[in-house]
Amino acid sequence: MDTQTQRILTDDMIAEIRDMYQHFPVKKAACIEALKLIQKHHRWVSDQAVQELAEVLDMSPDEIDSVATFYNLIFRKPVGRHVILICDSVSCWIMGYEKIADYLKQKLGIQFGETTPDGRFTLIPICCLGTCDRAPAMFIDEDLHRDLTVEQIDAILERYP
Amino acid sequence: MEKPLTAHIPKDGSWLRLKDYERVGGYQGLRQALKMTPKEVIDMVKDAGLRGRGGAGFATGLKWSLVPTPDQIPGPHYLIANGDEMEPGTFKDRLLLEGNPHQLIEGMIIGAYAIQAEFSYVFLRWGYQFAEKALEEAIHEAYEAGYLGKNILGSGFSHELSVHISAGRYICGEETALINALEGKRANPRAKPPFPVVSGFFGRPTVVNNIETLSNVPHILSKGVSWYKSLSKCEDGGTKLYGVSGKVKRPGLWELPLGTSFREILEEHAGGMRDGYQFKGALPGGGSTDFITAEHLDVAMDYNSVAKVGSRMGTGTIIVLDDKTCVVGMVLNLEHFFAQESCGWCTPCREGLPWTEKLLLALENGEGKMEDLKIFDDLTRYMGPGNTFCALAPGAMEPLQSALKHFRADFERHIHEHRCPWK
Ligand SMILES: Cc1cc2nc3c(=O)[nH]c(=O)nc-3n(C[C@H](O)[C@H](O)[C@H](O)COP(=O)(O)O)c2cc1C
Ligand code: SF4
Ligand code: FES
Repeated sequence: MDTQTQRILTDDMIAEIRDMYQHFPVKKAACIEALKLIQKHHRWVSDQAVQELAEVLDMSPDEIDSVATFYNLIFRKPVGRHVILICDSVSCWIMGYEKIADYLKQKLGIQFGETTPDGRFTLIPICCLGTCDRAPAMFIDEDLHRDLTVEQIDAILERYP
Repeated sequence: MEKPLTAHIPKDGSWLRLKDYERVGGYQGLRQALKMTPKEVIDMVKDAGLRGRGGAGFATGLKWSLVPTPDQIPGPHYLIANGDEMEPGTFKDRLLLEGNPHQLIEGMIIGAYAIQAEFSYVFLRWGYQFAEKALEEAIHEAYEAGYLGKNILGSGFSHELSVHISAGRYICGEETALINALEGKRANPRAKPPFPVVSGFFGRPTVVNNIETLSNVPHILSKGVSWYKSLSKCEDGGTKLYGVSGKVKRPGLWELPLGTSFREILEEHAGGMRDGYQFKGALPGGGSTDFITAEHLDVAMDYNSVAKVGSRMGTGTIIVLDDKTCVVGMVLNLEHFFAQESCGWCTPCREGLPWTEKLLLALENGEGKMEDLKIFDDLTRYMGPGNTFCALAPGAMEPLQSALKHFRADFERHIHEHRCPWK
């Protein structure tokens, strides 16, 4: 099927979005929740998704985009199968996160914000993960890895094929 | 030593279920509150001397008393628990959310009753999945048991509570930005006044309180004002969660009497510095507080005492600077964070923070000039309190201005040696 005409928002998703805004005075109030829902299903939010959501919420696509791009955890570009979010804030910096980040960049052959050519990993720096007593720390997908040392990284990455 | 907030958190990493929470006195505070008038509840929290644990230390009872009653401004009224916790170096609310969600829920229902709010929300940062799951299940348990919903415990008071997970941005923790985020918008702060207590969520009266603040409330109601005041070592009431990160022997988090000395937290609880490292300074309450130094080790960690030595208790989570870590590098890391997280609404912050970061980067790379130090002094004034819509920019200036004051020689060494002496 032509992917251009295939809709991103399914009827089920639209029903779920309607459910979100019915508790609020305006439909717009569901914007962030709806963006998160799209991302849950598609891993990122494409221009087409923004357009479709705009129709559902009676907003302009620009308005949706201004919300989507404001938040760190809404991805407006495709991401790899696994997303690595490494904390670059102060306690992790003191505890040497830069060594971990450098090792990851070298091993994966990518810089921050990039995805490996095989589409396996995207590497993104992120602010404090709220686990500063166990720094350095990073998320891979939904898993939090803490007290990191460079020596552990190979074994950790192997768990994400 | 009593630890009302954390004593019952299971040691195995699970959370305190409703049955176990009730067994240790859970929801007795709510039962007590529902027998009182809302005004009596507010007065009790005022008398207990509970001050906000979100950073600013605003008196909780006073904040609640500023909410117009439903006679003055008809409902709906809202209460929001601020669980954004994105201040660098801060990891305290996580423990309360993950280990004792019912304590928070009970505190929220009592707070909601006090301000006559029909709805409340927990605004939770992203990445706290375990907390989210515990909260959702605990809310379900509370509904089943009749602590939430219609006509709570036969009192005639009804209340609905739900959770919103943030899409991630530090500024969401600022209370008016948080309200915009909850309304589905970009999280720019709002101009104050009007304050949220009068016009907040969808223009309705709204109280925003920190997670730790609200978790204190059930204990005040169930055990009383004098007991609560006796927990602390200072004029304000209660215990405090204190944390330490950095190169100490045992980084961690402890519930201690409010006003415990900095030295005790650092040396006894965190085990002192790691071998081979010396204490040089610390941010006492998260990334946006002023440095204190070795001469301040005996300061009591309470709002008024920390203010007297030129800093703020903030969130009470201490970030330690050691002698082998470059203070310019540390401040650069912080200003990078603040520049990136600025919402861009007001000019001093939007323009000033990236400039600050750029100058610090040059300095760290050995390309700084003596004139830069003068520019830093100007920038800290330019972004000081009163010149911006919210406290992000003034907060960002606190570590910089205090580093310049206490560690100016380190800045100058970078300039004279044309390199970072710590690298
Ligand atoms: C940039 C910025 C970020 C903030 N982040 C938080 C936060 O994550 N959690 C919090 O409770 N308060 C945060 N605050 C403070 C809130 O605006 C508000 O004062 C607090 O939630 C009130 O709760 P309290 O009175 O119980 O302390 C932040 C303030 C600013 C300026
Ligand atoms: S001080 Fe910074 S974060 Fe706060 S409103 Fe102004 S631009 Fe936004
Ligand atoms: S600074 Fe990295 S988890 Fe807080």
